[in-house]
Amino acid sequence: MVPLNYYLVLSGLLFAIGTAGVFLRRNLITVLLSIEIMLNAVNLTFVAVGRYRGSVDGQIITFFVMTVAAAEAAVGLALIIALFRHRETLNPDAFTALKW
Amino acid sequence: MDVLAFYAFAAIAVIASLLVIGQGNPMHSVMLLIVSFGALAGLYVLLDAPFTAVTQIIVYAGAIMVLFLFVVMLLNVPREEPAPPGVSTLLGPTGMRIGAVLSLLLAGEMLWALGRIGIGWFSQGVTAASVSSVALIGSGIFTRHAFAFEATSVLILVAMLGAVVLARREHF
Repeated sequence: MVPLNYYLVLSGLLFAIGTAGVFLRRNLITVLLSIEIMLNAVNLTFVAVGRYRGSVDGQIITFFVMTVAAAEAAVGLALIIALFRHRETLNPDAFTALKW
Repeated sequence: MDVLAFYAFAAIAVIASLLVIGQGNPMHSVMLLIVSFGALAGLYVLLDAPFTAVTQIIVYAGAIMVLFLFVVMLLNVPREEPAPPGVSTLLGPTGMRIGAVLSLLLAGEMLWALGRIGIGWFSQGVTAASVSSVALIGSGIFTRHAFAFEATSVLILVAMLGAVVLARREHF
């Protein structure tokens, strides 16, 4: 069986890639996709640690994380649509004003 | 065999994720993210979690990514705009460099920490049957975690209402 550390390292790499996407990209949709990558990296950690502890709790919390990710994607995409109507752009730098 | 499959899925997941954040076209990004989620589902199968793997495919690669694709097609912005000149030095190339350094630092930090800890405190030889049973997952959700489950249903309702209200046009 593959050691647990392998899964943790892979999960850390995926999380760092997601962080890089949030920091580096100038497109709101890609930023949301990067957040999904980070959520999935955490899911992988939960399932791997649950497997090595012999408990199903890791999979249960993964189920809840997926639900939260779905809610986050729905609200986030609705916000993106609303923002796009106002500014005709997806560049986060265009949305620096608190009020318009 | 296990190790080979792990390396294959891990490589697909990492490369696809890197391409997701390296793509200029959001449509390609979404497609590559589906590939990455498929590889993660393979890893869940390796971890004796078939229920989670199927949920990953159906909910993530199926539902959530279709939602993303729908919005990408609706907005129809194929290209990322170049940085406008003279916004701020923090948001320009210097800011990009700071972001790259920070995320590399995060990756290095996590690899260093994982290299240092020992994980001998996990009992070896856990049987696959104790974690792969859907019945155990179901009884866990509906007994010990019933409150979290109910709270999740309220969350979904609020998210649904919020999405409808936010995406609605103000003037009909």
